[in-house]
Amino acid sequence: MIELKDLHKAFGQVKAVDGVSFIARDGEITGLLGPNGAGKTTTLRMLYTLMKPDSGQVLVDGIDAAVDPAAVRRRLGVLPDARGLYKRLTSRENIDYFGRLHGMDEAAIAERREALIKALEMADIADRRTEGFSQGQRVKTAIARALIHDPKNCILDEPTNGLDVMATRAMRDFLRHLRDEGRCVLFSSHIMQEVGALCDRIVVIARGRVVADASPEALRAQAGTHNLEDAFVKVIGSAEGLAA
Amino acid sequence: MKSILTVFLKEVRENLRDRRTVLNTLLTGPLMAPLMFVLIINAVISRELDKAEKPLPVPVIGAEHAPNLIEALKQQGAQIKDAPADPERAVREQDADLVLKIPASYAEAWRKGEPAQVELIFDQSQRDASGSVARLRGMLESYGQRTATMRVVARGLSPTLMKPVVVASRDQSTAQARGGMMFAMLPYFFILGAFIGGMALAIDTTAGERERQSLEPLFANPVPRSQILLGKLGATTSFAFTTLVLSILAFSVAALFLPTGKLGMSLQIGPRFALLTLIVMLPLVFLLASLQTLAAAFAKSYREAQTYLSLLMFVPIIPTLMMSLFPFKTQTWMYAVPLVGQQVTITRLMRGDPVAMSEIALCFVATAAVAILAYLVTARVYRSERLAISA
Repeated sequence: MIELKDLHKAFGQVKAVDGVSFIARDGEITGLLGPNGAGKTTTLRMLYTLMKPDSGQVLVDGIDAAVDPAAVRRRLGVLPDARGLYKRLTSRENIDYFGRLHGMDEAAIAERREALIKALEMADIADRRTEGFSQGQRVKTAIARALIHDPKNCILDEPTNGLDVMATRAMRDFLRHLRDEGRCVLFSSHIMQEVGALCDRIVVIARGRVVADASPEALRAQAGTHNLEDAFVKVIGSAEGLAA
Repeated sequence: MKSILTVFLKEVRENLRDRRTVLNTLLTGPLMAPLMFVLIINAVISRELDKAEKPLPVPVIGAEHAPNLIEALKQQGAQIKDAPADPERAVREQDADLVLKIPASYAEAWRKGEPAQVELIFDQSQRDASGSVARLRGMLESYGQRTATMRVVARGLSPTLMKPVVVASRDQSTAQARGGMMFAMLPYFFILGAFIGGMALAIDTTAGERERQSLEPLFANPVPRSQILLGKLGATTSFAFTTLVLSILAFSVAALFLPTGKLGMSLQIGPRFALLTLIVMLPLVFLLASLQTLAAAFAKSYREAQTYLSLLMFVPIIPTLMMSLFPFKTQTWMYAVPLVGQQVTITRLMRGDPVAMSEIALCFVATAAVAILAYLVTARVYRSERLAISA
């Protein structure tokens, strides 16, 4: 479970995150929806301890990120916005590297790695060097690498960015699969349809603040419309920076 | 500890797969400097040897005024040639090393027993010509000596009257020391080799990771950044150290082909030299790796990092220049200054001068202390938020 409490982060004069609080529960997919530049990536970066919040608190399974950042990182599987691979290493080697950094033994790495390769349907590329991979192949490798240590909490920043239709569908299935395993899945997106199709709970962010936090049904009821996309536009106040 | 090793092994494996980096570490770094060095030294040595043995061309104006002098010069190896129309210009424009001018008054003064003047036209700033000038001057002086002796003897006096003081030169430089003077640049080439060997990794593991956007996912792992940095520095240091070892080997082989014997020099490049050089260089290699990584951490891109590191490359040449411009007497404090200490130690070892173990230890410990400081500063930069965020 992930709890964010009143996070603030400013870069100079710009308040990137201005009081964000929400809870992402185990066994649910929580979607972080917001236009480009709303503060989604900065929020997630504070969550996985890459950045320190100016104020506020991050709790992962009850552990305070400011107190024990290493323990928090151990409980998180993170697909950041930056998903660069080591192009002179193969997919398998990329994945193993992160497994070792998590302190796993070789047998556990091999077992978990092969399970992920199967689940992500990437056996055909597993022994190729990642140089020249397509966007989809890169994302698959990056996800397998992020989840090698079997984390209870999965954070994915715009996981379907740059993927084609088939790859996007496969990605959605994979996220549902993670949820059905009882994990806490938190992902960000600026694509309304995607959030609508996947999420058990939607947190809408605009200009660094949470403007809505509800289930899709509740959100529709709150905005008094049957169409979820209209509801989003209504709570944000504009469709700018969003995608259908 | 295990994480440091993991990062180290991954960086080594990844960079061994990069042909350009491997070429830099195993070939360009260790070989280019010694090769250049051998070429230069060989050219210098053989030019000096050539000049001493070859006939010296001497353009002469007014040779007809002093046939005896001309004959004497020819006997000493001068090759008398016609002078150019404008001797001053010819010398200034380096068409001739020198021109000898014998004025018409020469014969008159000679007959009267007065000092007969000849003019030697040359350009002092032209170092290349200085050997020729010195040789001709020597020929003229020995002709003058001979004539003076004959005149004194003709008047029934002893020629020793002309030499109230005789100077006997006793050169105290050992053969090794003369060799060492020519090899004052050698430490710099070792340091440069280590620098080149580590450069690709320092850039790749920091600025490169950032540019490829792999630093952020790496930092999401539960490993302290200081350990990640240590692994990366370890990989950079071992590549640089490999270059250094190969550099020393290449030099040891190259030294066999240098005609140092002809100049009466000998170099003490052997196992003892190699071992002690490696010992004093080890902390310096780590220091350089830290500084390179630090510079690369400030760069936004691979290319920018390359620019910073190329500038940084000029730092190690400063003590080398200082030492060759102002040949200080070696003092103990010098061993305590990184770069200077290595420069002094390596130069002295090569010349066969004694270097106390305490001085080696001082050099090692002092450089290691500065290296740890550089690591701490780099670790601090590595902890900054800014570092992980790519572009």
